[in-house]
Amino acid sequence: MQISTLILLLAAVLIAVFWLGRDKAIRCAGGIGSVRKLHSLPGYYGYYTAIWCGIPGLILIGLWFMAGDVLILQQITSQLPEHLRQLPGPELSLVVNDIKNMAAGQFINPARIGELSDAAEQYTNLQDASRWILAWSMLAVVCLGFGWAWSRLSPGFRARNRVERVMKTGLILASTLAVFTSVGILFSVVIEAFRFFQKVPVADFLFGLNWSPQTAIRPDQVGSSGSFGAIPLLFGTLLISGIAMLVAVPLGLMIAIYLSEYASRKVRSWVKPLVEVLAGIPTVVYGYFAALTVAPLLRNFGESLGWSVASESALGAGLVMGVMIIPFVSSLSDDVIHAVPQSLRDGSYGLGATRSETVKRVVLPAALPGIVSAVLLAVSRAIGETMIVVMAAGLAANLTINPLEAVTTVTVQIVTLLVGDQEFDSTKTLAAFALGLVLFVVTLILNVIALRVVRRYREQYE
Amino acid sequence: MSNEAAIMEAPELQSEPRRIEDATAVQEPAAKRDEPMMMDEEQEGKGHTVGDITAADPVISVRNCNVHYDDTCALKNINLDIGRGEVIALIGPSGCGKSTFLRCLNRMNDTIDSARITGTFNLYGEDIYAAETDVVLLRARVGMVFQKPNPFPKSIYENVAYGPRIHGLATSRAEMDDIVYGSLERAGLLDELKSRMDDRGTSLSGGQQQRLCIARTIAVNPEVILMDEPCSSLDPIATAKIEDLIDELSRNYAIAIITHSMHQAARVSRRTAYFHLGRLIEVDATDKIFTNPGHRLTEDYVTGRFG
Repeated sequence: MQISTLILLLAAVLIAVFWLGRDKAIRCAGGIGSVRKLHSLPGYYGYYTAIWCGIPGLILIGLWFMAGDVLILQQITSQLPEHLRQLPGPELSLVVNDIKNMAAGQFINPARIGELSDAAEQYTNLQDASRWILAWSMLAVVCLGFGWAWSRLSPGFRARNRVERVMKTGLILASTLAVFTSVGILFSVVIEAFRFFQKVPVADFLFGLNWSPQTAIRPDQVGSSGSFGAIPLLFGTLLISGIAMLVAVPLGLMIAIYLSEYASRKVRSWVKPLVEVLAGIPTVVYGYFAALTVAPLLRNFGESLGWSVASESALGAGLVMGVMIIPFVSSLSDDVIHAVPQSLRDGSYGLGATRSETVKRVVLPAALPGIVSAVLLAVSRAIGETMIVVMAAGLAANLTINPLEAVTTVTVQIVTLLVGDQEFDSTKTLAAFALGLVLFVVTLILNVIALRVVRRYREQYE
Repeated sequence: MSNEAAIMEAPELQSEPRRIEDATAVQEPAAKRDEPMMMDEEQEGKGHTVGDITAADPVISVRNCNVHYDDTCALKNINLDIGRGEVIALIGPSGCGKSTFLRCLNRMNDTIDSARITGTFNLYGEDIYAAETDVVLLRARVGMVFQKPNPFPKSIYENVAYGPRIHGLATSRAEMDDIVYGSLERAGLLDELKSRMDDRGTSLSGGQQQRLCIARTIAVNPEVILMDEPCSSLDPIATAKIEDLIDELSRNYAIAIITHSMHQAARVSRRTAYFHLGRLIEVDATDKIFTNPGHRLTEDYVTGRFG
């Protein structure tokens, strides 16, 4: 019996049980004509029965997935020959892998074939048995659940309230899942960052002016011990994000104002999706656009003026990133501006204000909090952007405010730290987690501010 | 098809309805005007307004006004004068075109793309819809107060100073102060709000907000004030204050007020116009409308026997 068959069977049973429960409810009430005697609609009795069968069944499957294989492997390893059982942990798990592979018939380790063929066979048998145990116990559980639900069905039974409660619990579980995921990610980043800070002092990391993460890979290798000052990276990130925002905010805002205040409905229905296409272009494409088109243009232009422009400049990356972010600013601001009540515009027009006066003095001030939060969301997007910067801004960790020079950003360094052969507990690798933590904190702060601002805005109108 | 037919007939028409938005479809109602028999048989007056549409000293005078939204006709052949120093109440069931009519008078319908307006609208003899008329100046002369109080999310002071500022009415801070305090005074708000000038306009109570909107309107010194159900979201006490204010203002301004309250119409207005399904059924002195209406529809409406 395959697990997928089992799940399909369960689904079929649930559908059948739903109709049985519904049917019983109708019969209890005395036919379809007198359904009003029931406390809830007949369907709710069906759902109630199905829930009592389905949820225990699903829990059982979940338990089997979590514990079944572990129990089987324990059984198998306890029966292995003595010299294999005495192996240290990692090697034992290699042996277990060999058994699994042999059982699946995928890859057979020729050195172990004799010792393990028994174990592999036993593994297959036990797995088979465990699936049958699961199937039978599910049958029992489903029957029990069905019996319990069935015995409770009566016209006065409040099925709706119970079904709604289960629904609510399901929704809560869904949202906690998202929360736990982000907490888990944060937790792992924090732990690795903590290990990094045991090797490099926090102050050196946060306030150091020099970033050169080259460390010796092997003990016998000659190499620098590396220096991990994050300031040049943070500065580079801010510089490029700043250039991007200089492009995106004015352009995005003007697009938003045009779309919401001036454009006819027809133009708006065409232009808005077209602008949003910008957000759909993969960042890699933006990256080589920046590196191959914009950067040479800037360099040639700079040379014609007698400036020296690095072929990988902060300006090129920033400009292209700004274009990428335009739809974030324009779309969000457009929504916010659109949400400003028409009555305010009427009031302004009614006093003889022109369109641009109305926009400047009434609509924009009223929409300002929302626009600010749109901009902040765009900033956090700019700070987290990687691909464009990898391709167009270079890897040199220069501490400079000259946009014509090459800089690097936090995200780019995370990429370069993790690409390449490094031990996972080396300072260099761990530095990536510390940088990730910094990035996480910065964007989190921005998001919190944005949410605060949005909330205040909502309070203002209704 | 009917549009083409209307264009073919157009040269035979005696009047020349002004075309504002759409050049093709506007003449159809004008063509209908010569055929009163086509109108709803229930209308005894055959489209002619009962009573006296003229005012002795007209500020605004409207002739042959027709308004269409896309394919629906919102107003048919409206003729009405609004006189100096008078309050005229526009009454009628919802959807009868009162608001549309009011919004024609300061060209607020310009902001609605689908609206097409024909007819002559004169403000002191000047054509409101003439090409050379500046909408900005027009709306400064014909102010408007809306159904729902709509103060700007700015300070009380800035709310009132908004109009004078965009029209450049004050050259110094002191002049602006005079205008703002004077307008609030006339709106009866100054004593209540003197110490709260920096509070947000939106933080006031509904009645205060509406009076703030009136103060905002009179700050630009209009000649006419249009009020679209200014009391519909207010309680009786705030309503009474607004009505007193209207009484007060009527000495200096021509006021047109839309209301669903017969009592309010009777209390504040000198003349009353009754609209029904896009037609102006009857205009007369308020006393006469409420005691001895000349049209059966008017009588049904004011006595509450409607429908």
